[in-house]
Amino acid sequence: MSIRAENLTYIYGAGTALEQYALKNVSFEIPEGQFVGLIGHTGSGKSTLIQHLNGLLRPASGTVYYDGTDIYSEGYSLRNLRSKVGLVFQYPEHQLFEVDVFSDVCYGPKNLGLDKEDVEERAKEALRQVGLKEKYWDQSPFELSGGQKRRVAIAGVLAMNPRVLILDEPTAGLDPKGRDEILEEIGSLHRERGMSIVLVSHSMEDIARYADRLMVMNHGEKVFDGAPREVFEHYRELESMGLAAPQVTYIVHQLKERGVPMEDGITTVAQAKEAVLRLLGKEGQI
Amino acid sequence: MIRDITLGQFYPVDSVLHRMDPRTKLFGTMVFIISLFLADHVAAYVVATGFLALAVRQSRVPFKFIVRGLKAVMVILLISVSFNLFLTDGQELFRLGFLRITREGLSMSCFMGLRLIYLVIGSSIMTLTTTPNQLTDGMEKSLGFLKAVKVPVHEISMMMSIALRFIPILVEETDKIMKAQMARGADFESGNLIQKAKSMVPLLVPLFISAFRRATDLAMAMEARCYRGGEGRTKMKPLKYNRRDYVAYGFFGIYLAAIVGVRIVL
Amino acid sequence: MGIIKASRLVFDYIRRDEDENIQEVDRAIDNLDLDIEKGSFVAVLGHNGSGKSTLAKHINGILTPTQGTVWVSGMDTTDEEAVWEIRKRAGMVFQNPDNQIIGNVVEEDVGFGPENIGVPTDEIWRRVDESLEAVGMTAYRYKSPNKLSGGQKQRVAIAGVMAMRPECIVLDEPTAMLDPNGRREVIKTVGELNRREGITVLLITHYMEEVISADRVIVMDDGKLVMDGTPREIFSDVERLKSYRLDVPQVTELAWELRKGGLEIPAGILSSEELMEHLLPLFDKRFPGQIHMGSLGEYHVD
Repeated sequence: MSIRAENLTYIYGAGTALEQYALKNVSFEIPEGQFVGLIGHTGSGKSTLIQHLNGLLRPASGTVYYDGTDIYSEGYSLRNLRSKVGLVFQYPEHQLFEVDVFSDVCYGPKNLGLDKEDVEERAKEALRQVGLKEKYWDQSPFELSGGQKRRVAIAGVLAMNPRVLILDEPTAGLDPKGRDEILEEIGSLHRERGMSIVLVSHSMEDIARYADRLMVMNHGEKVFDGAPREVFEHYRELESMGLAAPQVTYIVHQLKERGVPMEDGITTVAQAKEAVLRLLGKEGQI
Repeated sequence: MIRDITLGQFYPVDSVLHRMDPRTKLFGTMVFIISLFLADHVAAYVVATGFLALAVRQSRVPFKFIVRGLKAVMVILLISVSFNLFLTDGQELFRLGFLRITREGLSMSCFMGLRLIYLVIGSSIMTLTTTPNQLTDGMEKSLGFLKAVKVPVHEISMMMSIALRFIPILVEETDKIMKAQMARGADFESGNLIQKAKSMVPLLVPLFISAFRRATDLAMAMEARCYRGGEGRTKMKPLKYNRRDYVAYGFFGIYLAAIVGVRIVL
Repeated sequence: MGIIKASRLVFDYIRRDEDENIQEVDRAIDNLDLDIEKGSFVAVLGHNGSGKSTLAKHINGILTPTQGTVWVSGMDTTDEEAVWEIRKRAGMVFQNPDNQIIGNVVEEDVGFGPENIGVPTDEIWRRVDESLEAVGMTAYRYKSPNKLSGGQKQRVAIAGVMAMRPECIVLDEPTAMLDPNGRREVIKTVGELNRREGITVLLITHYMEEVISADRVIVMDDGKLVMDGTPREIFSDVERLKSYRLDVPQVTELAWELRKGGLEIPAGILSSEELMEHLLPLFDKRFPGQIHMGSLGEYHVD
């Protein structure tokens, strides 16, 4: 139940003057149940990368193994793979097309050839998972609010019952509360159902809060791969790539440089608060 | 496939043709197209080839790039050439089963092939050397006389210009929606025609919705920037004829006369 | 009266069925009063559906009030004679960078507005040159907008508005679809236009980092104006902001949490420098002699 990418290389416009490496020798393995954050500025290759993990793109060289099997090998069912590795694109609400929410969520499982009962069962479960109230189920998806539409779209992928869920900036364009709600639901899919998650995001703050592991892409190459706190240690390199560590890690660094004995590995506001209050002897009031 | 269509693409270099007034180029292309239909003799094709070669040279667009546009019309080209080749009556040259090639068929299909190729190359040169905006400006101005009979010339040219801007965006969007539906198990390739048509619904509905949303947004943005039709508008790049345009018009006249001359004399 | 003024503004979105009977009335703006001073930089915060975009569209005369009045430079937006003058003076930049660029070449897009209002050709060129320079996009003037990044497209859109010589620019979530680099680019550009050219800016956003340098922050919720003050005043009430489905920058949140935890830190901290200024003396007291105080700019990095 793992995904392994081996030396993935992908070239845009191969054979033309505009040939450009979108991915260069990217390798990694995602074991079952891991929550991986994937970060990189626009054009760093992260969107290209995730489209390889469910076989939507074919690499120029290198390959992807799902559960030990090469997904590009002869006779391998990519359709079957896509039900195991669910991919939620950026602005997924743009893919909605059915007359009502429920039918739209049924589209995926129906494509898997399940019988009607199973299809509906899965759709119901998926809609409950994303926390969309039942009163919306028979409404047109186009009449819902932005946040609700996005949930429907995510449910559409969840209804395929994937073991791995890949999300490309699922919070883009949402307001802070909507963003937190979606992230919390993704977090619970990971915690409660043991789903592996790959979250593409621009927000280091969100990654720091949820991910076990952070991969950073730059110019088609994987430049960092490790626990978020390890990666954030390289905040100067991150900055030179147009990225930045969470604001709170900067404060912790500044305190350390001034001689405050702050502990290592602080990446969230809650951790920073606890550490400062403990050092200043105010633990009782946390 | 879409990448191969050079017709309608602009190739940004600086050349005499690039700097020429779009109206001149439109007129020249029209003259060239008419000349192709008038040409019925080898001599006329020699003159047309010379004219085209000169235009290609003056455009400073690499010939290889121009020829790429032919790929897109290859199918049409092959069909019309073979129709002419096999279905023309006359003096038989060669026979293979029910297929027979005649002397007339051979020359007809050669002319037809050349005509089509020249047509595509000729119009490619115009679009390659003219930005879409200049092109629509040129049309708006050249067709201005139609306003008298209530043809909304300005609106049509504005629509064309906007369409040109949004085509690449919508092509990209189609690709994205297709992939998103494939991630949900969609299959756009297998099945019979009806199944295939049905499988397009999840692609076309979102695409239309997106196109409408963009149209509404754009209309609002245009209104916010004080757009209210062609009335009272000024031009950032007004069309103006230069000396080279007059020279070109003279040249087109001579060319057309030569083609007509060949037709009458030979 | 300021450059923009709204008095008892109400706006209803009305949904009708096929027979034009009213089916549903949705009050997007509810009795709002607002007065914006010329030359100021005002940020409007609010969650999706709080009415902030509806407000923006009133300033440009795209929407007109159901009740109440909006004036731009003293002109009533319902006055049909004045609407083009209002649109000229209050330019608007929208969220989706692709759906507001009309031209197929950057410079032609910037010239679109002046063409519409009948500016003579020479003057259009002058304005296009200046506007592209003002947003730092001169190097891209011959490019196709499709070849630009999101942040660059928004800068072109801003240049397009600038070429109309407006007194005021309203930006409706201009950064919502951009990545962090694009966001910074746009906010920096807007800030410069405000400072250098004295353009009044009304920035609608839900990214809190973008409002820190504003002169004034307005918070909207449910169609009403619920908070109004300097960024410091607004950010000193973190709990209240959260109740409006909003967020604060991490520094502000940390400072507020520490204050709640019993430390002597004032409310409404906006930058990490400020937080350090208050934290370091506390640590100095706790670990005497161990903390390098120095001035804040000069601590060194090894």
